[in-house]
Amino acid sequence: MPPRIDIEKCDGCKAQEEPLCEQVCPGGLMSLGENMKAYCRQLRDCWDCMACVKICPVGAIETRVPYQLGYHVAKLIPMMGTDTVTWTCQDINGKVERFKYRNRNDAE
Amino acid sequence: MAKKLPDNIDEIQTEVIETDLLIVGGGNAGCFSAIEGKKINPDLKVTIMEKAHISRSGATAAGMDAINTYIPEGKTPEDLVRWSRSQVGGGPIREDLALSNAKELNQAVDDLEAWGLPIVKNEDGTFKYRGAWDISIHGEQLKPIMAEKAIEVGAEVYNRVVATSLLMDGERCVGAMGFGVKDGKFYVFRAKAVIISTGGACGLYKSYTSDATNSHHQTWMCPFNVGTGYAVGIRQEAEMTSMEQRWVATRTKDHCGPVDTISVGYKSAIINAKGDRILQKHYAHLGGDKAPRYIRANAPMEEWLAGRGPTFVDTTHLSPEEVKELKIDYLNERPTFVLFLASRGQDITKDPIEIYGSDPYIVGGHTQSGYWVDLERMTTIPGLFAAGETAGGSPNKFVGGCAAEGKLATRGAINYISSVSLPELDSKQVGQEKERVFAPLLRGPEFDGVSPLEMEERMQRLMDEYAGGTSQFYRTNEERLDYALKHLKMLQSQVIYLYAKDLHDLMNAHEVIDRLDVAEVLTHHLKFRKETRWQGWQTRSDYPEINPEFDCFVESRRNKETGEIEAFTRPYEQIVSGDRYKP
Repeated sequence: MPPRIDIEKCDGCKAQEEPLCEQVCPGGLMSLGENMKAYCRQLRDCWDCMACVKICPVGAIETRVPYQLGYHVAKLIPMMGTDTVTWTCQDINGKVERFKYRNRNDAE
Repeated sequence: MAKKLPDNIDEIQTEVIETDLLIVGGGNAGCFSAIEGKKINPDLKVTIMEKAHISRSGATAAGMDAINTYIPEGKTPEDLVRWSRSQVGGGPIREDLALSNAKELNQAVDDLEAWGLPIVKNEDGTFKYRGAWDISIHGEQLKPIMAEKAIEVGAEVYNRVVATSLLMDGERCVGAMGFGVKDGKFYVFRAKAVIISTGGACGLYKSYTSDATNSHHQTWMCPFNVGTGYAVGIRQEAEMTSMEQRWVATRTKDHCGPVDTISVGYKSAIINAKGDRILQKHYAHLGGDKAPRYIRANAPMEEWLAGRGPTFVDTTHLSPEEVKELKIDYLNERPTFVLFLASRGQDITKDPIEIYGSDPYIVGGHTQSGYWVDLERMTTIPGLFAAGETAGGSPNKFVGGCAAEGKLATRGAINYISSVSLPELDSKQVGQEKERVFAPLLRGPEFDGVSPLEMEERMQRLMDEYAGGTSQFYRTNEERLDYALKHLKMLQSQVIYLYAKDLHDLMNAHEVIDRLDVAEVLTHHLKFRKETRWQGWQTRSDYPEINPEFDCFVESRRNKETGEIEAFTRPYEQIVSGDRYKP
């Protein structure tokens, strides 16, 4: 399931030596193009773990279901807090669902 | 950004690192190995060699929604072994290994909770069980939590370094070698002991969605886990066990998401096109809904084969609150399944969730394929230890058991370290490996060869059609296995034509080389076991019944001199009393 990058939002993680999406991708698929924007080097190789979507500080990455598997257009957007995550999901009929829960406790 | 590629081998920098304990693969088992090493001896130098970045690498990259084994009050480690044994049809399993894992298991899970993993609780504060042994977690952050702890205790981490081989001193393992997929350096890690904890092998077989654009990796196991951990040992004549016991799981169809989450967690029955409850109807004699795991995995595919597909997990009875909880479970483990349902506009209380069989994997944390190890988790190669998916013999380890085994392997490795010292570096061996590793990158622009992807797809289709993949309903026979072996040899002889355009491509080239070596061993094991012991996981259409003569482990070694795989058996030993077929 390929990530889509909003190149208006992506700033290439200017302050980082390597953009965060590139750091976390378990397949090493994310990279910085000559335009200093992130891109996925091989869309078909994505495992859709959403690690890049979760870590992007400007919300520039979205995971899409390939049309061969699912219809146009559904969205799933995580908002990462310090110890919570909030997911917003919109289906092809425009129905919106929201899920919020704690994903970290304080370490003992 | 693209780094300038080298024109010849001499331009490639070699970095040599010395350590006490080298951990190859910083996943679930590897992080626990590192943490245990520093806990036992803070002065021990512990180094992790990791292909991705340990914060989100491997099988748990997306997170987890459950810990499948945690021993509840009133039950014992022996009870867990009985359950595990019954889940693989009475074994044979390595009960010595299973029992030692079971005794460590709860502590490892308690560690995770102490580090900040949210475990779902009942009102009285006890863990909420979703089945007999599995507890629910909100594990979206599972991997970062483990990784941060490994870094905090002082493990030295080399991210983006691809392991390609073991460093040997005669028969003994004294480190590992590989290359930096970002920095292009050649790495030599010299270590007194090595724990291999790379994860299992995905992508040996074709995934049934892989022909659809952008869906090559709709797989259950992390597709970046390619079996390197097995391959490096196979090439050094390590003894492998039970490689014919493949893991096949029932998954949501068209989007490979977990089914136990719904079927076990929300008591939803598996049904066929006619609404029949498959497990009760056809498998009541094997336990119905509690039938062994391979039966549950294979049952929906048998319905398709018999003309009674599609198959579903019946979610139509769920309340709105349960649907919400179920979706949160998915968001913790396989978030895009929620997106997939949205892309179908599907209300699961009206339309049940469709299910299908996955492609087969080699994963010793789930089934029992991997290295033959002793109780200390040392493989048959002195100095090389295995933990998690790479260690064979003991199935149903999952997250907690792999963590526990990581600790056990470290204890074994530390005992071993006390009696050894580092030999001189064998520069000839290092030079040869460096040449082998970078060859696909140095073939020149005019080279007329084969891309890693072409070879991968050829292998995956071969395995799918001839060695019992999804398209064949997991069935194979002697003639098909011989065909597969013949063509695997041809593919191995053609790796000299692999070329890589950049370092990422070079990683892909070594991934397919490693997969071929694992696939060859796996196919020999399937050929040796002339019976059908675990339908779906291992189905021989020419030997459809269980043969009591094969109530033993199938083992193999790849002879270093001849390159041939030599298969043999080891006896099963029952240690935990009771009926092997009952939990």
